[in-house]
Amino acid sequence: MTKIVVAVKYVPDATADRNFSADNTVDREGVDGLLSELDEYAVEQALQVVEAGDGEVTVLTVGPEDAADAVRKALQMGADAGVHVQDDAIHGSDAFATSLILAKAIEKLEYDLVFFGMASTDGGLGVVPTLVAERLGLPAVTFASEITVDGDTVKIRRDGDVATQEIEASGKLVVSVTDQTGEARYPSFKGIMAAKKKPVEEWTLEDIGVDASSVGLDNAWTKVESYEPRPPRTAGEIVTDEGDGGAKLVEFLAAKKFV
Amino acid sequence: MTEVLVLIDAPDGKVTKPSLELLTIARRIGEPSAVVFGAADTDTLKQYGAEKIYTYDDSVYADFLVGPKAEALAQLVSETSPAAVLVGASTEGKEISARVALKTESGWISDAVDVQADGDTVTTTQSVFAGNFTVKSQVTKGAPIITVKPNSTTPEAADGAGTVEAKTAEISDAAKTAKVTSTKVKEASGRPELTEAAIVVSGGRGTGGDFTEVEAFADSLGAAVGASRAAVDSGWYPHSFQVGQTGKTVSPQLYVANGISGAIQHRAGMQTSKTIIAINKDDEAPIFELVDFGVVGDLKAVLPQATDEVKKRKG
Repeated sequence: MTKIVVAVKYVPDATADRNFSADNTVDREGVDGLLSELDEYAVEQALQVVEAGDGEVTVLTVGPEDAADAVRKALQMGADAGVHVQDDAIHGSDAFATSLILAKAIEKLEYDLVFFGMASTDGGLGVVPTLVAERLGLPAVTFASEITVDGDTVKIRRDGDVATQEIEASGKLVVSVTDQTGEARYPSFKGIMAAKKKPVEEWTLEDIGVDASSVGLDNAWTKVESYEPRPPRTAGEIVTDEGDGGAKLVEFLAAKKFV
Repeated sequence: MTEVLVLIDAPDGKVTKPSLELLTIARRIGEPSAVVFGAADTDTLKQYGAEKIYTYDDSVYADFLVGPKAEALAQLVSETSPAAVLVGASTEGKEISARVALKTESGWISDAVDVQADGDTVTTTQSVFAGNFTVKSQVTKGAPIITVKPNSTTPEAADGAGTVEAKTAEISDAAKTAKVTSTKVKEASGRPELTEAAIVVSGGRGTGGDFTEVEAFADSLGAAVGASRAAVDSGWYPHSFQVGQTGKTVSPQLYVANGISGAIQHRAGMQTSKTIIAINKDDEAPIFELVDFGVVGDLKAVLPQATDEVKKRKG
């Protein structure tokens, strides 16, 4: 019986124009949100581990009311239960505060493994998994491209830039999953219907024993001093190839001293 | 002057260019101290201004993932109270530094493209939302722990004392639980590393699966080769070369996109490149909105001509 918690994030759609709010945080109101695409791979891997043996998958998210959509999508894919941590004090939390909230919520759940996507598609830092592991006192195997669970032993392959590593771990473990693990399934009609009956718990910071003074924008250890839109690129020169496109390109490179 | 700790990346002992960039940036803030796990070419570190070189030599740093390095570096931060800690913005660099920040309760800033110091205040510049915004940040607690993107500055040589100090650290059992059972180093392509390269030449759907022309042009310029997600998903090029949101973020001096339409996910990975060139048959391709120079045409015709021309000019 393997109990897996998959932490997922509700993110602004990356194909929409994103902006800042008056308090220098990401504007999440003006843009439609969805389950971060990269988290779908983590849900998929968790479902596969459970399907290959025995277990259950709980999907966990931290975020405003709309973030329930991310939980719902994971339930439609086949996760068994959901937890949504929502509290006004969370607004503006950085990766460190988010990792605290996640770690406290995970401690309240029964689990063997914690899965994450490799990074969110908005902040894209990819460090929340390692921070949660640090707080839980667990090892983190990040950027997994293949995961095999055999009893208590978890074997993971990581395809890095310069090397491929095989990792072995036993006991509780935090894993972040890349998009190389295999396509994530689409929710079936049956899955969509079944998801409506699955339990989703709503927790506040008080429920997980996190003090509001340790999260949120005012308590972050870093602050955004200023932001400005990048000046629009001045229109570049575009030529149509009439047999001399390559030569013209190199002329440009030479003028810019690249050649 | 206060120390600035710089985590050095040195595969096979050879100090990487981004690490030399970090030493250069460190001198704006204080006295650079290099931190090395395993072996590194200490002469190079000295020549780029390292006053001190802390070395940690123990198999524990190679046998396990980031846990032991993070513990050792956090102990060094507590011991030396540095003005800042600079780390390369690689996946490992981010993980180590974020853990150090948590352990030492210090503010953490990631993916800086510039770092400036004014008295005791360190201000970083980052590029966010696919390069559409520039953000300046500071920490409010502890020493700033900053990951810096490659190509954020040009390495400048400077004489450092280069005093080597061998260190040991207390590593907890918790940091030694996920063991690396095998490491297979990938065959070197002979090309520069993608995220560090000054020039990146990428191919996409328009290559039709044949990267020959893209690679030849890259080699004529001494560039790294990248690929779009479409090319990687089609199995035409390995995932480790993917440029974009789910792959690598590159910020070279020159980026050449070949047969790449310029979907937002790709743009997120290359939009901060200093100069952008695109070749595409489709004159409506969104990539052309970004370019400094564009060629509407077939890359199979344009690239070989460009490759020949570069070779001719280089003699």
